[in-house]
This record gives sequence, structure tokens and C-alpha cells, in this order.
Amino acid sequence: MALDEYKPQKGGEEFETGHDFKYVGTSPDRPDGFDKVTGRARFGADMSAPGMLFAAIVRSPHAHARILRIDTSRAEALKGVKAVVTRADFAGGLSGETWNVLENVMAGDTALYDGHAVAAVAATSALIARDAVKLIEVEYEVLAHVTDVDEAMKDGAPVIRGGAADGSVPEGLHPNVVRYHESGHGDVEAGFAEADLVIEDHFRTEATHQGYIEPHACLASLGSDGRGEVWCCTQGHWNVQKLCAALLGLDTSGLRVTASEIGGGFGGKTTIFIEPVALALSRKAGRPVKLVMSRSEVFRATGPTASASMDIRIGMKKDGTITAADGVFRLQGGAFPGAPMEMTAMCAFACYGLKNVRHVGYDVMTNRPKQAAYRAPGSPMAAFAVESVIDELCEQLGLDRIEVRLKNAAREGTRSSYGPRFQRIGLVETLEAARAHPHYSAPLKPGQGRGVSCGFWFNFGGETSVSLALSEDGSAQLMVGTPDIGGSRASMALMAAEVLGIPYEKVRVTIADTASLGYNEISHGSRVTYASGLATIKAAGDAVQKLCRRAAEKWGISEDAVKWQDGCAVPSGPNAGDFDPLPIAEITASMGATGGPISGHYEATPEGAGVSFATHIVDAEVDPETGKTSVVRYTVVQDAGKAIHPAYVEGQYQGGAAQGIGWALNEEYIYGPDGRLQNAGFLDYRIPVASDLPMIDTVIVEVPNPGHPFGVRGVGETSICPPLAAIANAVSAAAGVRMRHLPMSPPSILAALEKQAHA
Amino acid sequence: MQYHTPASFDEATALAATATGTTRFLAGGTDVLVQMRLDLVTPDVLIDVKKIAGVHDIVREEDGGWRIGIAVTGAEMSEHEGLCRDWPGLVEAMDLVGSTQVQGRATLTGNLCNASPAADSVPAMVAAGVEATVTGPKGSRRVPVEAIPTGPGKTSLARGEMISALHVPARVRGGGDAYLRFIPRTEMDIAVVGCGIDLTVEGETITGARMALGAVAPCVVAVRGAPDALVGTALEDAALAALADLAQAACNPIDDKRGTVGFRTHVAGVLARRVARIAYDRARENQ
Repeated sequence: MALDEYKPQKGGEEFETGHDFKYVGTSPDRPDGFDKVTGRARFGADMSAPGMLFAAIVRSPHAHARILRIDTSRAEALKGVKAVVTRADFAGGLSGETWNVLENVMAGDTALYDGHAVAAVAATSALIARDAVKLIEVEYEVLAHVTDVDEAMKDGAPVIRGGAADGSVPEGLHPNVVRYHESGHGDVEAGFAEADLVIEDHFRTEATHQGYIEPHACLASLGSDGRGEVWCCTQGHWNVQKLCAALLGLDTSGLRVTASEIGGGFGGKTTIFIEPVALALSRKAGRPVKLVMSRSEVFRATGPTASASMDIRIGMKKDGTITAADGVFRLQGGAFPGAPMEMTAMCAFACYGLKNVRHVGYDVMTNRPKQAAYRAPGSPMAAFAVESVIDELCEQLGLDRIEVRLKNAAREGTRSSYGPRFQRIGLVETLEAARAHPHYSAPLKPGQGRGVSCGFWFNFGGETSVSLALSEDGSAQLMVGTPDIGGSRASMALMAAEVLGIPYEKVRVTIADTASLGYNEISHGSRVTYASGLATIKAAGDAVQKLCRRAAEKWGISEDAVKWQDGCAVPSGPNAGDFDPLPIAEITASMGATGGPISGHYEATPEGAGVSFATHIVDAEVDPETGKTSVVRYTVVQDAGKAIHPAYVEGQYQGGAAQGIGWALNEEYIYGPDGRLQNAGFLDYRIPVASDLPMIDTVIVEVPNPGHPFGVRGVGETSICPPLAAIANAVSAAAGVRMRHLPMSPPSILAALEKQAHA
Repeated sequence: MQYHTPASFDEATALAATATGTTRFLAGGTDVLVQMRLDLVTPDVLIDVKKIAGVHDIVREEDGGWRIGIAVTGAEMSEHEGLCRDWPGLVEAMDLVGSTQVQGRATLTGNLCNASPAADSVPAMVAAGVEATVTGPKGSRRVPVEAIPTGPGKTSLARGEMISALHVPARVRGGGDAYLRFIPRTEMDIAVVGCGIDLTVEGETITGARMALGAVAPCVVAVRGAPDALVGTALEDAALAALADLAQAACNPIDDKRGTVGFRTHVAGVLARRVARIAYDRARENQ
């Protein structure tokens, strides 16, 4: 059967043996490129509706305060104000994470962090809405606050919310510890006893924001009939639909959500902040409501990632064998449960085959905004701590950093540090490619240091639904439900083109709204090219099967005697009959008369997302007089399984490295003694600018994922796992002092140098 | 909010003198508009100075100095051959402000009047000996630029007064200036420390020196002792060390999100040495 040519039973393994792809593996222009460079693309804030109102949100100026009274009367009296909402305008009776989301979207009895929403207004202009915000009087009783993870765990620390801990938390811990994780195997103490050298160190990373350029924006309309529409920038509009319906007490299907073009998300747009507020205002005012966050609001009230305090202990023999590894990971994720500490724990030692390993994780609440996913949530900080200790062990034992990692590297069949045995994986291949890369042996100039690190991410599958419809002229319309956050429309079009045998340009890919497809999980977990790609291949295969059937009927032969080749139905062999190839456009031209429209569909929750590994090499130069770091050379080596669109795979590699450079060197949430965020803007929250970055070289390793027809592994997240450690190792080598606290800002490097000089 | 576009300084100062409520002069708007958007300032009266005759001009004075109009932008300075030849340090300092887009709007006068302690052009102007003409309802006076800012966001300009021109002195033979700032990134940032210097030499020997620091005190700091450290030297290590000590002693910084007292003080010394070397080379080439 034709589909088998594209769906090998043995998965991606077939493609090692030289499977020829026609479109997959090429890098054509992205289908959304023209719209984006001409300004025709519509982002979150670009949509308007007749009679639309503009909304603004009242936010707490306190880190922790009881809300005693909200007086909205003066705002409501202002000409042009059409609605004011508070928590009372949202659904009651929620529980679990849905309640947490509502509590974050609009404060209940207590403002839990600086910037927490407490009320919102809708008015006939944005300026009136802004003025109205100033007329809403909120009376607060300021409470003691805590913003640091270690402080929040200490006896006597202010309690964010009593009773928030789940059953995993052992007795005797502070109520701010709300979840606990412990895992591993073997006997770590016995393992440490076998080691020739054991190093134990403490590491810290600060909270960093995803830093997407497009602030959250939406246009919402909700009638008294309970039917509504939302247009918003999001990584997952079915999730917006589900959560908004719950927060407003609606039927899920009563709400139709359309995802706009998205100006970056990186995990930060996998939840909701403003959409339910706009809906509540719209329901009250009876008019559409547009709500656009300012940059300052994005920093204060959307999700940065967690900050971390970590203790790592690793034992090594003189030959480089790791005998045991132990880690304690304390993460704060703001005033709600959910800091990804189990991800941190499970990723920490995943690169290595270990006999003895243990991890302990603490999820700690503080008076900060609710953390949101950020590219491989939890993993980069783990790699920073672990790979720094491995670097120290190599340094003290006089061992080559890549040889030691190769010696301990996880391979197919290795029992992972977090439990299951690995299937086919590509860590060894990335290490070998890094060792062979000219960068690894290039000479360094005085004042420069080189760092190496590996990194790991799980990748994910998730609910996926795809539909493909053929047009009369033989072109194809593909509908997927995963917002395109990294060029995925190009990848989908390539995979559909490959299966259908039609040119890439003949496939139009649309991100369908929630009314047009079944549930699609968010674009997260590096799942889109894997899961939507798999579904696209199968949906296209479904269409191919139907095309073959039409040809069989025309020729009067068995369906099994027709195969699909280069965009045409052809007899499967000499015995099938002698017919000229029947091109797709000829079949579709008459499809109305031969049985109706031809479409392909696929729905599933694929579970074969292959895990992914990377090895990064970094050269850094440190100015010993000012502590300023320049990253002078950077090479990313990562396993993509199969690169569908190699240029966008490289883009993901470079993007992860660029964000990692920011996280390592200058980005951090800075809180004052008053618990207020000090740097809610891009001036003092320092993401790298273009001139801060070197050319980031990339090497695409392809070890096919058996769980995908073409061998794809997700690539978006793994790329941010090694940079923190690789850069810290390079900076530590260049400065001559070990840096164990991120960011390695110039004042912190200078302070470390001075401390060492006086030691 | 009232928005005015006066055609003359007389008209502009009369508007400012009689305005009620919060008044702001608007040139490039790269500070005022940002402050309005951030809700830091909501002016009742906004006086756009860009329509006043001559404010976009860079004019060579009879004595060889330069008169810079109050709406002259950073980009216009960077493209002005004569100014770049005479005062490369001053032009570089202004060029560090913001992005390429911001350079097309931001003005030297605006950078001075915004009165940020971290303003990049101000230490360079103080080192260069730039003066400002202050015009008001009672006439005009000429003052050194360091007399304009009096604290973060505050100036010595009285109600109804505005700057009507900046005057850069004639470049003497054997003179050279330079400006450096420290930022954690490579651009698009705000100075953690800024240092401007102007040197004159005869042969290898320094005959005059003027230095100023930014971002280390509430206002720009003129390092008065710079000539004591440098004049008569050929910028040997001892002279550089003395200059660095003077720079550090002149610091009166704060701890904030951008840097600590210790870091700022240390880096002021580093920048003083580095900027002096650049200006010294320029001065020697200019003989």
C-alpha cells in the first residue's frame, strides 16, 4: 500500500540507510515570511472590531497585601467607562490548577505579588481606560513578604498561603514548601565511597523572563447568550478556550478561540493572563474588548521561569568514571505551586549512565509572579549546576572534558537517572561531533577560556488533530492546531508535500481555530514538528489512500493494485494493468463527480517523542578590570533526529544559545527590600542585543527517532539546556575563578576576583 | 494637554512663562515621550521647539568654535565632518545614546536637560568645556553646561527659561578628547559609569586636562584635580595611577540595580586610565 512508503513500520530507522527525500531536508522560504516582512501579518494587538472598547488593569503595588476594599465608583462615573470588573465577576467553585490560574488572573482576598491584578476597566479609549485605573481605590493591609527561595523555606518566613502543600511534602517543612520530589536508584553513599574525588558545591540561578518581543494582547467578545470569541497571541488556543470557559462559567464549545501570529512565546504563552479579563469586561459591557499589556506589565505579572538554589555532589574515579551523583533542587515559582523542580531533578543527571543517583526537589512559594514554562522548564539550571561540578572534577583530575562525558554518556539501553531505559539516542554522536569540531581544538588567546556542557530534554507528544483538504487543482490545504512558534508551517508543508508528491508551494498551512479541529495540545514540549508533523504525514497518507482508491475505480482494478509515486497514482506492478500515471490534479479535478471532496484526517496522542541531547562549546573572554564577559565563539551540536527544515533547526539551536547567553550573563529579576520588581523593562532587564552575540555555529546530528515516521526529534528546547553551564565553565576558566551564581554580571565577576585575591 | 509649536525663542519662553501646570519642552522626544508613556509625567503644556528658526543647525563661529542648535540630533552630529574632526569624543558620547532610530531623534540639548546622572553626552561636554545659552523672559545668559543639571531629573533652569544654543569651544592645536562608558552589554544600555576627558599636549607632554564622570553622583562630576595628575607628564603609569585615584575619589555613587558603590568606584578608575590613553593619542596626532 502506498502509505507504507512513508510510514515504515520500523520508524525512523529506515532513513539511516539512505532514504531519499524530495522536499524534507530542504530549507525553502517560510510561508508566513512575506506577511511578516511586509507588515501584513496580524499579531495579537492587530485585531479590531466595531464598537470595540479598550481595557486596562489595576495592579497591586505591594508584594503581599490583604485587599480590604475596592471602590470602583469614581472610575465607573468617568465618561467613557463602560465596565469595571473584580474577582466577583468570575466563576466561583473552582479548584486545583484552574483555581490557581483564576487567582493569578485576578486576585481574591490577597494581592500575592507586585503587579498582581486586582481590578480592570473597559472604556471607549485606551487613555480613558488608563485614567480610570487611577480612579479605582484599593485599600490594602500590607503583609510581610518573602521573594527568595531559601528565605521562604526558613522558620518564621511569611506564609504565602497555608494549606497549599500537597501530600508529597514531608512533615516539618515550612508551609511555603508545597510539593516534594525524591527519585533515583542505587546507593549514593556507597558510590561516593568508591570515588577518588568527591566535589560538592552550592549553585544559584535567578529568575529570567522568556523575553518575547510581543506583549500579551487579545480581543474578546462575549454575549449574554454565553457564546464568545477570543483572538489572542498564544501557544495553545484550545487551552485558552478550556481555561477561559472554566473561569467564566461557560461551556467550552461556546467559546471560539483564534490564535494570532505570535511574536515569540518560549513557553510564556502556554497559559492565560488577560483573556478572561477581557471576556469578563465584554460580558459586562456588551461590547468587544481589546486588552494589550505594556512591557512593564509583562515583566511584573506574567511568568518568568523559576529561580533555583541547588546543592550538587558528584564522585569520580581517577579514570573519569562517575561513581555517584546527588542533587538537591529548591525552586520558587512565585505565589503558586508549580515550580518545575521535578523536571530539574529528572534532567540533572540524565546525560549519564549512573549506578548510584539521587535527586530531591522542593517546590517553594514566594511573593513573586506565577512562574510559566520557559524553554525546557527546569532543565537549564540543573545542567548549570551538574555540568559545573563535572568541569571541576575534570579540572582537578586532569581529564579531558569531552572524554569524561563520553565515558559516562547515556546510550541506547542505559537506565536513565529518572527511571526508564533509553531507546535510540544521540548523546554520544553529539559528543563525538563536538570533539571532532575545529572549535574544540582551536587555540585560545590570553584572557579567554573554553567551556563545554551537555544538556538533555524529554520532548513531548500530546493530543493532536490535523486535517488536510485537497482543492480541485491538486493543491492542498493543511489545517493544524499548533500555533507556529518556530517555522512549523514550513515543516508541515514540507512533510505534506513529501507524502503527496506535490511541490512545497502547493501546500497552504493554516493554524485552525478551536471550532475547526479537535483538541490540540499547546505548542510546547518541542512537540510540534514531532506530533503535528506525524499527524500531518498520516493525514496526507489518508488522502493519498483515497486518491489511490479513485484511480483504482477509474481503472477498474483493485485498490491494492495502485500505488502513489511522485504525485501520481500508478499501477503497483506489471500485473496490475497498463495505465498511464494519473496525476493528483486530474483526480481532484473530477472528485466532485467521483465520490466527493477528498480530505485526510488524523487524530491521536502520539507517545514516541524521542528524547534529545546536545553538546555546546563556548569560548569566553573576561575583562579582569571590569568583570565584563564577551562570548567570542559558540558552537552548538545537537541531535535533531531528522531535520525537516535544516535552516529552522539551526535557528532553534542558535535561539536557545542566544537566550542561554542572556540568562548566564546579565538577565535576572531584581527585587528590592520592599518586594517590588526593580527592573520591569528591557533597559534594566538585559537580554542580549545583536552585537552581544558571536556567530553561533551549528552542527545538526541526525540519530533518527524510532517514534516518528521520518525520524524527527523535537529541537526547540534542548538548545537552551547546555548554555548556562557551558558559558559558566568558559567564564570560570577565563577569569580564573569558579562562578556558581547566575547571572555572571560584571559586578559579580569582579567581586569573585577580589574575593579570590584576598583569600 | 496643550501642544505648541512656537516659531521663535521669544514665543517659546513666553509660552513657558505663562503656562500653568506641568510644562515640558519637546525636541526629539526620546525622553519626554517615554516618560509620558510610562505615566511618569503627564504634561499639561508641551512646547515643541523644533519649529524655531535655526535650531537644526551646526554653525561654525568666528573663533573656530561650534554652535549647536537645540534640535540637532545625534545622527546629525555624527555626520558633521568638522565637528567629528574637532571633537570626536563629544560626538562619540552622543552617538552612544540609544539605537540608530533614537539617534535620528535624540538631541544633545535634550540629553543635557533630561538631567540624568548617567547621560552620556554630559561628561563629554563638561570635559570639552561646552557652554549653554540660557534664554528666558528676562533675556539670555551663558553658563557652563555643568551648571545645568542640579540632581536627577532637575535643572537650574528657572520657570520660562530654556536653552537656546550650545557652544563648543574652538579646538586648539594639540588637543584631543575621548569618552568611554561602562555597560554590561555592547549597546542599547545606560552607563553604569561614564568618563569624558579632553587633553592638550606639546610634543609628548600634557599641557592641559579636563575630565568629568557620569553616573557616579547625582550630577555630572568635574574632576578638578585632573591637571595636577597629568600636566607635565607624558601619561606614564604613575600619571595614569594618579588620575585613576582622582577619579575614584571624585565618586559619590549609590548601590542600585545597575551597580554597587564599590563596582562603580573601581570602574571609574579603570575608565579614567583607558579614556586618557585614547585622548592622549588623539591630541598627539593633532599637532
